[in-house]
Amino acid sequence: MFEIPRIELGKCDGCGLCVSVCPSSALTLVNGMITFAKSGKCDWCTECEAVCSSGAISCPFEIVAESRAGLI
Amino acid sequence: MPIRLDFLQTIPYFSGLNTAELESVGRNIFEKAVARGGLVLVEGENSQIMYLVVNGVIRCFKTSVEGKEQILNIARPGESFNDVTVFDGRPNPASAQAMGAALLYGLRKADMEFIMRQYPPVSLNVSRVLATRIRQLMSLVEDLSFRHVIGRLAKILLEYATDSQAIKPRLTQRDMAAMAGTAREVIGRSLKALAEAGAIRLDHHRIVVINQEIMKEMMEATG
Repeated sequence: MFEIPRIELGKCDGCGLCVSVCPSSALTLVNGMITFAKSGKCDWCTECEAVCSSGAISCPFEIVAESRAGLI
Repeated sequence: MPIRLDFLQTIPYFSGLNTAELESVGRNIFEKAVARGGLVLVEGENSQIMYLVVNGVIRCFKTSVEGKEQILNIARPGESFNDVTVFDGRPNPASAQAMGAALLYGLRKADMEFIMRQYPPVSLNVSRVLATRIRQLMSLVEDLSFRHVIGRLAKILLEYATDSQAIKPRLTQRDMAAMAGTAREVIGRSLKALAEAGAIRLDHHRIVVINQEIMKEMMEATG
């Protein structure tokens, strides 16, 4: 399964800033709430996280060493 | 749920206690479950409670007047936080928040003092644990004072990548900024610099440390 950013709908104020900055058009607003339109296209640029002032969206990184990355 | 003696046995504070003594310690401990994002402690408030992490991960942080966070410690299972308040009775030195669902054991000041009086070896353990903690904090002071952001970030990433512990919470750029004592925007630039130097590869949601030697050079060069 392709990784997508984490969304906490309870924090989303529907401002749509994340939709506006997403270069992959992976995000959309449905009934004023953020959701993924084309989740497979997210390239983890983290721009949505950067602009979200309510902390509703986050892009956490897994941090691994090269040798271990190959095992995942 | 009964307090797990096998867990207490692994806590440095209670090292060397026998089963009966651990049972006595367990009678002074209470359990606390926290949901993801739940605030366990608020900096400056009075709790006089030390917590042991049974499972989950707790982020301990201070907040500046501008609202910038500095992570002091990420407490994993088997580790403790807010320890000093049960020894000096003063307010919480930092806030603590669950990074995921967590189960904690709490120990109040009066109960810790009872345990220390009842079992003198615990006092010796306390001095060892606090000495270790002072060394860790001195290392953090050094990091914040003398290293530039790229070097600090390289150190954080290298430690995370080579940490053999099973539970390694993912980090957002905001987390990394708080750990490195800088702003999120600076982290983005620093990650790019590390990638351009050939130290890391940004692989979608994964930061892969591809050259540990370069990472170490970056740590030293910016020190």
